[in-house]
Amino acid sequence: MKIVIIDYGSGNIQSILFALQRLGHKATVTNNSIIIKNADKVIFPGVGQASSAMLKLQEFGVDQLIPKLRQPVLGICLGMQLLCNHTEEGNTKGLGIFDLNVVRFSGQLKIPQIGWNTIYNLKSPLFEGIHEKEYVYLVHSYYVPFCEEAIALTDYGRIYASALQKDNFYGVQFHPEKSSTAGDKILTNFLKL
Amino acid sequence: MTLAKRIIPCLDIKDGRTVKGINFKELRDAGDPVALAELYSKEGADELVFLDISATEENRKTLINLVSSVAEKINIPFTVGGGISSVQDVDALLQNGADKVSINSAVFKNPHLINDLAAKFGSQCVVVAIDAKCINGEWLVYLVGGKVPTKINLFTWAKEVEQRGAGEILFTSMDNDGTKNGFANDALASLSSTLKIPIIASGGAGNISHFVDVFQKGKADAAIAASVFHFKEIEIKTLKTELKNNNIATRL
Repeated sequence: MKIVIIDYGSGNIQSILFALQRLGHKATVTNNSIIIKNADKVIFPGVGQASSAMLKLQEFGVDQLIPKLRQPVLGICLGMQLLCNHTEEGNTKGLGIFDLNVVRFSGQLKIPQIGWNTIYNLKSPLFEGIHEKEYVYLVHSYYVPFCEEAIALTDYGRIYASALQKDNFYGVQFHPEKSSTAGDKILTNFLKL
Repeated sequence: MTLAKRIIPCLDIKDGRTVKGINFKELRDAGDPVALAELYSKEGADELVFLDISATEENRKTLINLVSSVAEKINIPFTVGGGISSVQDVDALLQNGADKVSINSAVFKNPHLINDLAAKFGSQCVVVAIDAKCINGEWLVYLVGGKVPTKINLFTWAKEVEQRGAGEILFTSMDNDGTKNGFANDALASLSSTLKIPIIASGGAGNISHFVDVFQKGKADAAIAASVFHFKEIEIKTLKTELKNNNIATRL
């Protein structure tokens, strides 16, 4: 199986590589369009700030490519947010695969949300074998509000979408590569799609 | 609210080895930080902190190698601290798989480093550690592992740290550290109510009720301890069960 991690200078690539390695898989880290197009599975990572990440995607020329991919694509954290239409972070236009807007947490909450929170209303093969209210690791200040595309929900001052799916595109707000055995299971499920 | 309160064992590292006389019969080599990290991770630790107490130039490479080996084996987040003073230091640690870095004296001397790190890597990976002591009723910041006093108020500095873009504050009360008499809950509660970023409490853990108190009275988001875990005085699973019995959200 050819697994590709899209390389655009995101910070957590090493952690994802190690996680895949623990599960017995190798992955190619690249921004080469041909290699990405020919992959069986594509992981779109993301840690950092939205507008500078979008600029880098454009610089590496993968912003046009991602929406055209037809194999399973998994956006992680900022990667998931960039699959949406727009994010309030840096007033940034995203890739528009999900017709959704990403907004900042507000109210009497610690921001960023950092730590382990639960996912529930799980509605995808991505979560096969994961029980409702399983804990996963999240670090984020912006979120996708409750929506039809949600395949997992989380509560943090409000109920929001902690995972999304549309066609071959999957997004998780949490970090499966840091979510202990639950995260390992979710990554394994993605590789089986 | 379902966000769990975090339990974080802290491992002191010198020359790539854990120190503090750790004694684990399950481990063939208790001085091996990777083996200890794996054990804590399996026992249910939510995160780990590695503090490089040698922190010399020469030891940087050893630390980087250690970070990479930990990242290879561990499937929970971890923070690395000790001797970090530049954007390049942080870049090397993050590239090798650290999730966050903890910085103390360097950002006190050069506060703009917080802004630089937050802009380059994002606030989520910038933990600012603050050591403080209560002198005549005022909490004052100390530097260089608590050796150098300053005249700066803890709460003033904490506010500035937040405004500059830190993602979390790791507060160690030097009055409580090593006492095993509990955390500095009053100072922690004040920090937690004045700041919007998460507060990690450190210093004073001696028994399970201290952890219950640090979350209920100290309003901390996470608690760090070293010796109570290293010497098996508290088992993480037992601790978390007790937190749950006290209606504190915890990942069990």
